[in-house]
Amino acid sequence: MLVWILFLLCQVGAPALAQDLCQRDAPNGYKVRISLKTALGEDAYEWNQSEMFFFQATMAFAMRRHFQMETYNVDNIILCVQTSRVSFWFVVTSPDNTTMLIPKADVEKAVRMSRHRINNAFLLSDRTLEFLGIYPTLAAPVNPDTPPWLIVFGVVIGAVCAGIIALLVSSLLQKRRKEKGMTEDGQDEEDMQVKGVENGINLDGTYNRGFTDDDRFTKL
Amino acid sequence: MKNKLPNPGLDDRIPSHQELERMEKEEAGDRPKWDNKTQYMLTCVGFCVGLGNVWRFPYLCQSHGGGAFMIPFLILLVLEGIPLLHLEFAIGQRLRSGSVGVWTAINPYLTGVGIASLLVSFLVGMYYNTIIAWVMWYFFNSFQNPLPWSQCPVNANLTDLVSECARSSPVDYFWYRDTLNTSTSIGDSGGLQWWMVLCLLCAWLLLYVCCLRGIETTGKAVYVTSTLPYVVLTIFLIRGLTLKGSLDGIKFLFTPDLNELMNPSTWLDAGAQVFYSFSLAFGGLISFSSYNSVHNNCEQDAVIISIINGFTSVYAATVIYSIIGFRATERFDDCLEGNILALLNAFSLAEGNITEGNYAESLQNLNGTFPETIQSLDLKTCDLQTFLSQGVEGTGLAFIVFTEAITKMPVSPLWSILFFIMLFCLGLSTMFGSIEGTVVPLQDLNIFPKRWPKEAITGIVCLVSFIIALIFAQSSGNYWLALFDSFAGSIPLLVIAFCEMIAVVYIYGIDRFNKDIEFMIGHKPNLFWQVTWRFVSPLIVLVIFVFYFVTKVSSNVTYIAWNPSSEDFPTLEVLEYPAWIYVIIFILAGVPSLVVPGTAMFKLIRRCCSNKNVYGAEVDTVSAKVQMFTTKT
Repeated sequence: MLVWILFLLCQVGAPALAQDLCQRDAPNGYKVRISLKTALGEDAYEWNQSEMFFFQATMAFAMRRHFQMETYNVDNIILCVQTSRVSFWFVVTSPDNTTMLIPKADVEKAVRMSRHRINNAFLLSDRTLEFLGIYPTLAAPVNPDTPPWLIVFGVVIGAVCAGIIALLVSSLLQKRRKEKGMTEDGQDEEDMQVKGVENGINLDGTYNRGFTDDDRFTKL
Repeated sequence: MKNKLPNPGLDDRIPSHQELERMEKEEAGDRPKWDNKTQYMLTCVGFCVGLGNVWRFPYLCQSHGGGAFMIPFLILLVLEGIPLLHLEFAIGQRLRSGSVGVWTAINPYLTGVGIASLLVSFLVGMYYNTIIAWVMWYFFNSFQNPLPWSQCPVNANLTDLVSECARSSPVDYFWYRDTLNTSTSIGDSGGLQWWMVLCLLCAWLLLYVCCLRGIETTGKAVYVTSTLPYVVLTIFLIRGLTLKGSLDGIKFLFTPDLNELMNPSTWLDAGAQVFYSFSLAFGGLISFSSYNSVHNNCEQDAVIISIINGFTSVYAATVIYSIIGFRATERFDDCLEGNILALLNAFSLAEGNITEGNYAESLQNLNGTFPETIQSLDLKTCDLQTFLSQGVEGTGLAFIVFTEAITKMPVSPLWSILFFIMLFCLGLSTMFGSIEGTVVPLQDLNIFPKRWPKEAITGIVCLVSFIIALIFAQSSGNYWLALFDSFAGSIPLLVIAFCEMIAVVYIYGIDRFNKDIEFMIGHKPNLFWQVTWRFVSPLIVLVIFVFYFVTKVSSNVTYIAWNPSSEDFPTLEVLEYPAWIYVIIFILAGVPSLVVPGTAMFKLIRRCCSNKNVYGAEVDTVSAKVQMFTTKT
């Protein structure tokens, strides 16, 4: 009789005890917030009891993966305070002793370890499946060996230097060609002037260099 | 009208009309020439259309009553811009020389005007090319996905974002920290930033390769640098119009507020914008038009280029504000989303309960029932108009606002590359005119030996500019650049422009000028030109100059600095300049302006001193006694 009463009490008390373990702002519990519409838009699935069961299973998997020795079950994950937001609290009980809660720090470690798997199970991301209090680790920056800007800089400067050298060399060659051409022409002109040929007419007399018009435009 | 100051010996200093005809026919002289008219027009358009059209005009337009700003802008374009442009083109084409040569030919005491143009072109060229170096830095960094300014970097222990970036924004951080590595004040120089030095070197080398042989090389380069900006602007316009919110931006830009027309500063800003936008008084335009044939129709050119410049300003403003409208809408949506999420989380309501549509009334309901909770949430006020009017100008627009907008567009690296190529081309084509305005006067002044080739002189100018421009590659470089921008490129130009007009109209003589134009283009300039050259344009320039001078002198000169440890961070801190900066300000603004009367005084003193030795200097020759007079002053 006594055994039967104890058994009844256990049946009634267990869920009540479970309720005491899991409550809003539980010291060893975490609040989970899920934003289905933000993540999936039109393809958002409905959050119902089956999804909650799936969550319990995923959390049990995460605990098993982290602790490896202990066999966590769906019953060890207790959920409460569900809202339409969708948000709820959960606590994790030890598989050996259902009244004992796993400390917050251990739960956090387990979640961090399997965060990627948990997100993928629900087709969500760090932002849309939030464990309030567990911050996602930021991705390590990708550091390439040479910064990409240096490569582009190198290409541009190489092209510019090549251009400068090409233009300077061609200027020099042009000038040398002109000088060679000019010395041949210049001699003819001077000879013509000395012989007194102006405007094609032979003048008598010698050409007076004193009257050459060599600075028509005044300098400063 | 015989309003003319006495100017003896003018005919000896300038080529006469017959000589000009002869030079034209024989193609004598080793003066460079344009390959064709297109090159000349593109070079002038490139010189006039610069960064100011893209980042100064849209801001002025938006802040001075939108569409209403067009009225003072267009009126002053016609009364101030076109006459001054025509004047510079005509005088350059007639006297066939750079700025120093032209003013010296008109009157030797006016050489100072040319020297002032030289100094201003040199100083402005220095800081303008530094902006091009910044553009190149952003261009080099655009070849990666995601763009480096789209996200904050993480700190050393990978726990959180870098604090300076988290408190401001990724674009701010990339500009002030990664690019400039800015110090907290102008006095704190902070040493040279090696990546900036490299970009500056690249900018100056690129400029050198384009200006190597003067207009022979720039004439080819302008086919690309003057046309590409229009192509890119059109691409951005088409892209912009397909983005959400772009029409809000354009509407915001052009919504007229006619009350602004009563505000005198609207008219003054319009006048200043027209003046600076036309790159007048740099000497570059005079040089460019001196390479034209004598009978080129400079009147038509002036009108066409003015119209193109005005049209480009309006077109660029439309494009810029379509993108700004998009950015403002994105920001507004983000802000609203953040608020809605906060409300949903606080009250555990299902997603979709509060949307953009019912946000206002939902907030009111919740505030009525749970005011303390709403208070503790600290919701931000989201107002589209505020985001739209965060219109920035100058480097802030290009490197902060626009780059942020680009990160929100799909395929961001492509848009970034296009945008910075456009800015680069706009800046480079303006630099061609700057270099022309520096190198040609140096040649005219015979500072370098005549047999030195143009390549060497251009090389020296670029090298010296690069070395001095290294001050802009320091940590405090941004503040130095703002200083140069405010003082080197403002007051001296107004002084020079005023002197130019007085020189041509009253010293050269408006009658002679009218005859020259009749000789060159076949008909005398009509009444419009007469009135504007003689009275209207000089008056406008004088008014703007007085206003600027009074404002600058009477107000406390301050600058804005980026200081992560200031209270209002990320708002920029307003600091006063230290006392020794006033010396620099005087060198930047005062020296070019004072060179104009200074050179005149110098020549006067020199003439008076040598005059004493004239009388009594006789030379005994074989045939007769010849008295020597000084003919060259």
